[in-house]
Amino acid sequence: MNDVATEALPLKLLIVDDSSVVRRSIERQLKMPKISTILQAANGREAIEMFLEHRPDFVTMDITMPEMDGLTCVSKIMAIQPETRIMVISALGDAETAIEAVERGANEYVFKPFSESELNQALRNLIEAPQ
Amino acid sequence: MTDEEIKVFIEGALHYFERVTGSAAAVDAPYLKGDESVALEYTGVIGISGRHRGAVYFTSASEPLVGLLQSFGETDHGTPNQADLVGEIANTIAGNARKFFGSEFLISVPIVLRGQLDEITLPRHMKTVVIPIQWRSWRCYLLVSLHKNPGLLDEVLHRRRG
Repeated sequence: MNDVATEALPLKLLIVDDSSVVRRSIERQLKMPKISTILQAANGREAIEMFLEHRPDFVTMDITMPEMDGLTCVSKIMAIQPETRIMVISALGDAETAIEAVERGANEYVFKPFSESELNQALRNLIEAPQ
Repeated sequence: MTDEEIKVFIEGALHYFERVTGSAAAVDAPYLKGDESVALEYTGVIGISGRHRGAVYFTSASEPLVGLLQSFGETDHGTPNQADLVGEIANTIAGNARKFFGSEFLISVPIVLRGQLDEITLPRHMKTVVIPIQWRSWRCYLLVSLHKNPGLLDEVLHRRRG
């Protein structure tokens, strides 16, 4: 009999958003048995500290945050571990910001407010896309 | 603010409620704020800078915020989460407006205020448009004070001429 828990790869996800309601909402909506560990950070500075300590494989990243914004944080993570896959989840609705996020190293961009299916599709793209 | 600009925020508010709750909200006719207070129990404020200056406010009583938290699947409906959410709503509606205003529409992180606010929190020298939002049996308000930033526009035009 298949056991999802034992088959799950030890993938780690870091959720970065200054809203704790949004962070928990993302965590609840994720339907990814491959992810074994979910970490949370409330701003870019905290995210870098957690990143260095836990080295997550995937990151969801808000942009407008206190202390360090998400775009700066994407650049810093890429400098530390370029193979990290990052999905920006932001309310910023202009194309220029989405392009800048991708230029800095983000792989996916999801606009807030997002639906559960959008979130999971983007995360599937993030996890299943070839390196 | 032009009618087109006001429409951006109306659509932003309607989109937010529809997307998060799956049930449509409605807006009443926007009006220019007078001396009356429209601040409710929680207010999220986003400062605007760049090509425009001003602020976007979302103000709500507790009950609709609890309803929205339930839509997020949140079981903790306490004050910290209501305050967090009112800031996030203001942030999302203001951020979505960049699709229309462009990337030089710079938004701050949210500031959350609690309680009936004194008018000191609204810029006195700017006109403020009030957008009443009806969701289920509750009423919230989106307030937008927005002016083009003449200093920056002059600088851009000067650079283009130069």
